Amino acid sequence: MNRTLVIIGHGMVGHRLIEDVRTRDEAGTWHIVVLGEETHPAYDRVGLSSYLDGKTAEDLGLVTHEVATDPRVELRTGTTVAGIDRHHRRVTTTDGTTIDYDALVLATGSRPFVPPVPGHELPGCHVYRTLDDLDAIRAAATPGRTGVVVGGGLLGLEAAGALQTLGMDTHIVEMAPRLMPVQVDEGGGHILGRLIGDLGLHVHTGTATETIHAGEHGHVEAVTLTDGIVLDTDTVVFSAGIRPRDDLAEPAGLGRGPRGGILVDEYCRTGDEHIWAIGECAAVDGHCYGLVAPGYSMATAVAEQLLENSDTPFGGADTATKLKLLGVDVASFGDAHAGTEGALEVVYANNAAGNYTKLVLSDDARTLLGGVLVGDATAYATLRPLVGHELPAAPEQLLLPEGDGVGTGALPDEATVCSCNNVSKADITEVVTTQQAGDVAGIKACTKAGTSCGSCVPMLKNLLGECGVQVSKALCEHFAQSRAELFEIVQVTGITSFSELIDRHGNGRGCDICKPAVASILASLGSPHILDDEQAGLQDTNDRFLANMQRNGTYSVVPRVPGGEITPDKLITLGKVAGEFGLYTKITGGQRIDLFGARVEHLPEIWRRLAEAGFESGHAYGKALRTVKSCVGTDWCRYGVQDSVTMAIRLELRYRGLRAPHKIKAGVSGCARECAEARSKDFGVIATEQGWNLYVGGNGGFNPRHAELLATDLTDEELVRLIDRFLMFYVRTADRLQRTAAWIESFDDGLEHVREVVVDDSLGIAEELAEAMDRHTRNYTDEWSGVLEDPEKLSRFVSFVNAPGAPDPTIEFTEQRGQIRPAPVELPLPNVRAEQEVSA
Amino acid sequence: MKWVPVCDREAVPPEYGVAALVDGRAVALFRTAEDELFAVDNVDPFTGAGVISRGIVGDRDGEPTVASPLLKHVFSLRSGVCLDEPSTQLPTFPIRHRQGSVEIGLG
Repeated sequence: MNRTLVIIGHGMVGHRLIEDVRTRDEAGTWHIVVLGEETHPAYDRVGLSSYLDGKTAEDLGLVTHEVATDPRVELRTGTTVAGIDRHHRRVTTTDGTTIDYDALVLATGSRPFVPPVPGHELPGCHVYRTLDDLDAIRAAATPGRTGVVVGGGLLGLEAAGALQTLGMDTHIVEMAPRLMPVQVDEGGGHILGRLIGDLGLHVHTGTATETIHAGEHGHVEAVTLTDGIVLDTDTVVFSAGIRPRDDLAEPAGLGRGPRGGILVDEYCRTGDEHIWAIGECAAVDGHCYGLVAPGYSMATAVAEQLLENSDTPFGGADTATKLKLLGVDVASFGDAHAGTEGALEVVYANNAAGNYTKLVLSDDARTLLGGVLVGDATAYATLRPLVGHELPAAPEQLLLPEGDGVGTGALPDEATVCSCNNVSKADITEVVTTQQAGDVAGIKACTKAGTSCGSCVPMLKNLLGECGVQVSKALCEHFAQSRAELFEIVQVTGITSFSELIDRHGNGRGCDICKPAVASILASLGSPHILDDEQAGLQDTNDRFLANMQRNGTYSVVPRVPGGEITPDKLITLGKVAGEFGLYTKITGGQRIDLFGARVEHLPEIWRRLAEAGFESGHAYGKALRTVKSCVGTDWCRYGVQDSVTMAIRLELRYRGLRAPHKIKAGVSGCARECAEARSKDFGVIATEQGWNLYVGGNGGFNPRHAELLATDLTDEELVRLIDRFLMFYVRTADRLQRTAAWIESFDDGLEHVREVVVDDSLGIAEELAEAMDRHTRNYTDEWSGVLEDPEKLSRFVSFVNAPGAPDPTIEFTEQRGQIRPAPVELPLPNVRAEQEVSA
Repeated sequence: MKWVPVCDREAVPPEYGVAALVDGRAVALFRTAEDELFAVDNVDPFTGAGVISRGIVGDRDGEPTVASPLLKHVFSLRSGVCLDEPSTQLPTFPIRHRQGSVEIGLG
């Protein structure tokens, strides 16, 4: 049975419906046709402002590769619907195309409200809603000039932040006597206004826009406010609220809500049993919601009905909000305006510190009904789930900074801890006590809690503690410290050996966990050759023999091929050496050539031959920089905009030999076509016409991750400096085996924190990090040569100490496709112990 | 018991392993920081590869250990028992130090 679901509107909610239907529709009942008016497919509209701050439309995009290539989903962007023929169950688009449906869902969202001020249609007037709107604002904005935002609510402040990002001298005009009148009360609004003013924005409250004046050429020239103030400006942005897009309802004979919106029941059904409406265009029992979370719940409710799984009504919505607007924390939850009969308000305001907290309580002062937080919203995570429950402590204890606050222990089991993903306290304690999850990352994986806005992550940590999980940072039984702490100890004390470190700061004799970790720390801080003296015994077998141990105890040898560029002569040498020593050859994913099957006693001779031809160690064996992959760039490619090969070689040579908590891979693409797949690397560089964009935190492995944008339009020198700082900060502070992605996630503010430290130098350590990298680069020597020049080290490269030339009898090969492969070993299958990656 | 000299004591550095061919069989020799000598079979019972001598020497709760470099199983150097999966064991050999030389006991 094949049925057609037509969704009108491809915004966040429409897209969620596609995902919900596709993940639940195991039988493949529904063919989905999505009609989106914008030319962009669904994107993160909540994160819209970041589009002016470095993110690209692609970064904000919500459509995964999986959905984009799903044969059951047909996505038509740039398509506007003209009408709905309910009788024939048919939708007609403005270009005359018709699509028949079995089920129709309206997810048309809302449009910005533009007050009918004289002059509101002049060129120079903008709205703030879509990527196209932002492109228009960016094109119009001139740094230093005055910009006016009409509307001081949530959206208005967002738009004001955008204009400020674009360098404009920004004015906010709000008709109500305070900013954010819907979410924040008078006291909170007062402090909010001051905090926003301190940021250099001009706030005009209790006044409206009277007229927008045109200049000689008909373009906006000035704005007059009702209090007589005239602002000279050529850019006006309306951000004064939204109205549901319900235009399709009336011509189709569908009901509308009293204040607009397509009227639906608690199941999001219209009067027509084949038509639903969800998101901001829907008036659920007459009420419209202007937030994405209720829209998501509506999408889920409709998906369940379409698949006849259940008839769960859309259960109303949590309209709590917590935002960081222009860097100022604002939160409001529950009955923030004390509308409940008999409600009591308890307020703590500190004008000097710039924060305001209000709790709304029931008439007996025992039950929390809601609250407002401005300036510091850290209490939001613990207070919001308490709404509707008895207070666990006296209100002043919850309000005052010196109070103990409220522990998660006070929360009832059914309290929602993560409202983005609707996860309760009981859901979380369940996965922790049954040992499905033992840390925050585990909770995220099992329940999705903390994976969206992240405001509940501190609570997740508390809950772990309450369940008796001690999140130990001890490296292993021999060291109570974390890797980052040991790094500091070694750096500050100048200790240069493992023995001394474990004698003074650890216990026992060490193990295969702490020894390589300390070896890596010593190497990062510039120790001599990694096989010197005691160091050799600390190394994992790969580092100990400067080659990768393979399944039968032989090794693979990978010489460095910077940027993947190699001369024909070097290629011939590789082939000759491989032929002579009977090695299996394979081109790796990192643009190099791997020679497999080398016996330990042959390694020095193989290196000698390779070194003579100009090769050096590629560190394929180490927790170190592996490769910097590149495309061919401007030299050969007709599309390239920068010389990616030269940059890749420069980066690979700069960071070769750098020891790190985990292996590091990188890529440089010469244009946005991204042939080097740079965004799947720990650091990836993509050329733009203005310079280089730097992405960080991508990886393959168990949990593949796309890298995220750290900085844009960099010069060569800026790029190298930022990567220096990024890598050195990672090397010094990450946990053992923690990849860059998990390391970034381990910070409460994630990438933002890394950006502050690396780009803005918030800790004042950027210079030191860069110098440390300079030092590393200056002191680099080839590790293979270090062995070849040292008879003592060479003497360890034997199969048997008492029979150096005798081959190991366990090594046997057979042949496959004209090359060697290890002979199968008859053994019961072992339990594979994969190296456990550390996650955030 | 027949004691077979295998190598100089200096050929086995502290907290390090080497392999030796004894009577046609590969044996892994270790010396701990406390100068104790141990000998176990060089073949990792989980993979069949002759690699135990190349593992990292350490201790677990005071018990001297070696971690196989292939799949990281940890073995007691005293008993040869795999501490992660006690049903598996490495054969052990008597070992002693005599006049600057390391000897393995056979038979």
